[in-house]
Amino acid sequence: MTLAAGVEGSNPALNIGIFLVFVIITLVIVVRVSKRATSGASDFYTAGGGFTGPQNGIAISGDYLSAASFLGIAGAIALYGYDGFLYSIGFLVAWLVALLLVAELLRNTGRFTMGDVLAFRMRQRPVRAAAATSTLAVSFFYLLAQMAGAGGLVALLLDVTSKAGQSLVIAVVGVVMIAYVLIGGMRGTTWVQIIKAVLLIVGAAVMTIWVLALYGFNLSALLGDAVAKGGEAGAKLLGPGAQYGKSALTKLDFISLALALVLGTAGLPHILMRFYTVPTAKEARRSVQWAIGLIGLFYLFTLVLGYGAGALVGPAAINAAPGKANSAAPLLAYALGGTVLLGLIAAVAFATILAVVAGLTITASASFAHDIYANVIKRGEVDGKNEEVKVARITAVVIGIVAILGGILANGQNIAFLVALAFAVAASANLPTILYSLFWKRFNTSGALWSIYGGLSITVLLIVFSPVVSGKKDANGNLTASMIQGVDFHLFPLDNPGIVSIPLSFLLGYLGTVLAKEKADPARYAEMEVRALTGVGSAKASVH
Amino acid sequence: MSTTDPSPPPDVRDWEAVQSSPEFQDLRHRLRSFIFPVTGLFLGWYLLYVLCATYAPAFMSAKLWGNITVGLVFGLLQFVSTFAITWWYMRFTARRFDPLSEQLREELEGGERK
Repeated sequence: MTLAAGVEGSNPALNIGIFLVFVIITLVIVVRVSKRATSGASDFYTAGGGFTGPQNGIAISGDYLSAASFLGIAGAIALYGYDGFLYSIGFLVAWLVALLLVAELLRNTGRFTMGDVLAFRMRQRPVRAAAATSTLAVSFFYLLAQMAGAGGLVALLLDVTSKAGQSLVIAVVGVVMIAYVLIGGMRGTTWVQIIKAVLLIVGAAVMTIWVLALYGFNLSALLGDAVAKGGEAGAKLLGPGAQYGKSALTKLDFISLALALVLGTAGLPHILMRFYTVPTAKEARRSVQWAIGLIGLFYLFTLVLGYGAGALVGPAAINAAPGKANSAAPLLAYALGGTVLLGLIAAVAFATILAVVAGLTITASASFAHDIYANVIKRGEVDGKNEEVKVARITAVVIGIVAILGGILANGQNIAFLVALAFAVAASANLPTILYSLFWKRFNTSGALWSIYGGLSITVLLIVFSPVVSGKKDANGNLTASMIQGVDFHLFPLDNPGIVSIPLSFLLGYLGTVLAKEKADPARYAEMEVRALTGVGSAKASVH
Repeated sequence: MSTTDPSPPPDVRDWEAVQSSPEFQDLRHRLRSFIFPVTGLFLGWYLLYVLCATYAPAFMSAKLWGNITVGLVFGLLQFVSTFAITWWYMRFTARRFDPLSEQLREELEGGERK
């Protein structure tokens, strides 16, 4: 097997064929559902709030389970064993924060964006500008990670190894995504996410049962085989520490990451926006219930798939394949079901990128059009309802083009770092501000600005001066393991800023509030709280 | 009527009076006395798990039976607790929160409909 030939046994024509069938089917569905749409902002941003809880729950799983969690976690478990499993637990437990503290109250106090809720009882323009800045930042990092990941996936599954060829495929993915968003708005995007989630979860379920069946449904036997295949490192696969246990610093780094994972999810703008696509808070609650069930089930599958790849493919073969850890799941698919199953899994992986990117784009464009254009620039006085949607559509195209260019430039970069950055900003800038807004009476405009801008800048600064960007040494002591090679300007010792940036952001929100001369408006807080808890006056579905 | 622009009804209501009413205070108390302790509980439970995985790898790698380790069972218990808390919250809202919340909403909206 040669490295340039992609994953062994992969048939690029078949992979592309299956993917094209997915694109065509979803495009037909997007066109069909868009005929039911009205032209208003509510329809473009939130499908008029017309989805049911279970539908939205499936779409949330589709939005949340990115290629990073499918290929990345399965691969991490295959190579590092237990440490890969730790990721998935953080990603799952995080949903309880959304369920208990955020989803319903957010649904009742906002209409389209995170800015709606944060600005509810504050001075509109500065808080909306801050909320939009943070939304755009998180969405941009997340978007870049997905698009850069697409480049790697292309090399892996379609056997396109030239940079020009990969760039072309990234561009095609971007254009298809823009088409989904422009034609279907949130309604079309949601259906793409639902279809993708079903394919992904069914695909993972089939492979999981297959792997378990090979071991007579004996998990212990599967683990034993994974350990045996792992050679010298194999014994470490069943306990923690293979990846993070090296030193006191890497341990602290892991705790920092674990904090960002568990607190970041409920601050991701593209997840928050999904709560507006259902008619009531009760349906928002059911959405999260379904999402927790499906996401939990999926991570249980990845546990089996990861150890299954370790046992049936083996770490040596995974490390030798292009894309290393990311190729574990595709290689397992080939080992189980040959070229056809590999083709299906490859297509699902592409569908995953497409659906996640579409969700991010619509969130970022809604935030720009609704928060910045309509409320900050036009001061809430847009001429006619369609003007705002027009701006949102233009923004979606611009973001799509930026995503394509960014994806081409970031191709080959460390994508896990970009995802961790997005979660860290969401946990630092967004979550404290959301929680203070919903639960703390005295919280005011100044507090909101301090926690958003403070959280955002602390997180970004800590990352820029972290070993991820510069100064990390490889095994030979050369400065090559960071993003920028050969220089060392790192000042902060951890890769993950969460352990510092999250408490600091909470503190800043508190200090900004108590130090401000301008006090919170108790009447507006009363209104917000009554609305949040009872749903009085909240938007109803526009679908009759 | 399609409410593409669901702006609130003309704001003539005295929200502070509603907020300080005993019914609303009861609703607020019920919600907060569930969600805050339970959030503390699952975050603490998760943190305990993360700390064990980080600082007690020997304990987590200990085998219970076959190749099943303490860490694996502990990790799977995080799944179980997440599902259980979700179920518990759904039961709490259905029994203790929704009836009161819906009653309040109807009372509040009753006044403004014809």
